[in-house]
Amino acid sequence: MNSNTINPGHARQQKKSFAQAIRNSLTMAYRGLLKIRRTPEQLFDVTLQPIVFTLMFAYIFGGAISGNVENYLPVIIPGILVQTVITSSIVTGVQLREDMDKGVFDRFKSLPIARIAPLAGALLADTIRYTIATVLTFTMGYILGYRPEAGIGYVAIAAVLVIACAWAISWIFAFFGVIARTASSVQGISMIILFPLTFVSNAFVPVDTMPGWLQWFSGINPVSHLVTAVRNLTNTGTAGTDLIITLIGAAVIVAIFAPLTVRAYMRRT
Amino acid sequence: MTNISKSGTSKGSGEWAVEAHGLVKIFGSHRAVDGVDLQVKAGTIYGVLGPNGAGKTTTIRMLATLLGADAGSAKIFGHDVNKEAHVVRQLIGVTGQYASVDESLSATENLVIFSRLLGLGRVEAKRKAAELLEEFGLTEAAKRPLKNFSGGMRRRLDLAASLIAQPPLIFLDEPTTGLDPRTRAQMWDTIRRLVKTGSTVLLTTQYLDEADQLADRIAVIDHGRVVAEGTVDELKASVGNTSLQLKIQHPKAMEDARKIVEQVLKTKSAVSAESAKITVPLASADRVTDLLTALRANGIGLAEINMQKPTLDEVFLNITGHGVKESKSTAFSQSEPSKGAAI
Repeated sequence: MNSNTINPGHARQQKKSFAQAIRNSLTMAYRGLLKIRRTPEQLFDVTLQPIVFTLMFAYIFGGAISGNVENYLPVIIPGILVQTVITSSIVTGVQLREDMDKGVFDRFKSLPIARIAPLAGALLADTIRYTIATVLTFTMGYILGYRPEAGIGYVAIAAVLVIACAWAISWIFAFFGVIARTASSVQGISMIILFPLTFVSNAFVPVDTMPGWLQWFSGINPVSHLVTAVRNLTNTGTAGTDLIITLIGAAVIVAIFAPLTVRAYMRRT
Repeated sequence: MTNISKSGTSKGSGEWAVEAHGLVKIFGSHRAVDGVDLQVKAGTIYGVLGPNGAGKTTTIRMLATLLGADAGSAKIFGHDVNKEAHVVRQLIGVTGQYASVDESLSATENLVIFSRLLGLGRVEAKRKAAELLEEFGLTEAAKRPLKNFSGGMRRRLDLAASLIAQPPLIFLDEPTTGLDPRTRAQMWDTIRRLVKTGSTVLLTTQYLDEADQLADRIAVIDHGRVVAEGTVDELKASVGNTSLQLKIQHPKAMEDARKIVEQVLKTKSAVSAESAKITVPLASADRVTDLLTALRANGIGLAEINMQKPTLDEVFLNITGHGVKESKSTAFSQSEPSKGAAI
């Protein structure tokens, strides 16, 4: 045992502060990265889905919607990108649920750390998943012949935008992860919400053939705004109102769901 | 109250490491903890003894801010666990019943992450991790994934993780359940050393033996209530002492043997004629020598000799046997003695 005696108050003045919350979250994110490194198989979905979906959608719908695959790519690549990345943010909620069932979360709770850190850290580490999905989708698009007119710089900005939004949205699924009893129910609830959101949007098809009420929904659907923002960035290099609406939407989601999730997390035993 | 260093270090106000009054936790309709009072003096080992489902773990979880109490209050070094949870968390270390370390990471990674969370720098965290691994004999296994760890290694790592911040109060929830005897003894040594450095330890256990070995004071918990509280000696005295069992070679000599036993030990004995056995409570092991000499002098041969220690079952029968509901907290001195030993 250590020879120095224990001194009950010594150097225990760590205050609750924003800086500490950031530091703790980064440490927890580091833990998340270590876990991914140990179990790389959990990256299957974000590696396979972009490849399979990009190929499928491009060749199945390309001719029907845009006359040929080449013309469809500027439309579909941003759509696929948003859909894939947001879908992979569901996994964040599922994994959080599984993680929380382990004894180690008890220790996190008993430590004098920011309450938000174990959650924020886990979500932060998962941005690595979104990055993989994003890079692979753009790469697949490039292979199929997609040449974004705005250039690589704007593509990078679009990528960051999508990853940031996926992080914001993952708070919703993290909330389900915390309140749900099993990991599979998280998956279930999340899919039901996500399916209409991604498909009733302009992600895959032009909305003008939809019935009026669907057009209305697609118009207010945040996914549509995100997809439009990405298209504008990559194809024309412009940042319009869609980008602003998207950023505000992401901020609102975090503002609502982060406190909700942390509260539910604290109440769970 | 808000100044941690003051209340923690000064012996006057910090005499009690734990003060709990009337803690209650209800799960559905089940009163898991039903009015538990605990007072643990700083610098001591306190044992909470009880069978499975008695409410030990729930009590610890409430004291460790992991679970909110439905009623009652608890203070750790004078800090309320609900109102000053953040302060309390800086004063405690918790080692759970199931090792609360990250299975998918290595031992070093676990300790480094916990150290970083506790505010140590990168280099410092690495050094601390190496130091603790050395101390707990885990250096060789430091890089291996935890999946290949034995139960004992996992417990040691778990305990090591609780000690990073050198907390003045450490909760150990069944630290040796499921360990082999050798590992258990190692764990006991570690716990004793902890207290020598000034820590207070509150441990739960199902084994009377363990409480006996380690604890200065013991609370016996049953059905969510403290049914008895006192020092180890008080507890033992209440159950009666060790009993001695003699099997006589020739059943005919039974009566003579019994007389000698009662004469030498000056207590009543119980006889079972069919098995030719005499059972008698034993106040001091030293008396056995006198008894054996007396038996030899009278030419009585023994077939078998047996010593029986009071088991937790007997403690429980003795303390709770006469109704837990009516007597909330019976001091050992008040409870009926010799019940367990007079069988």
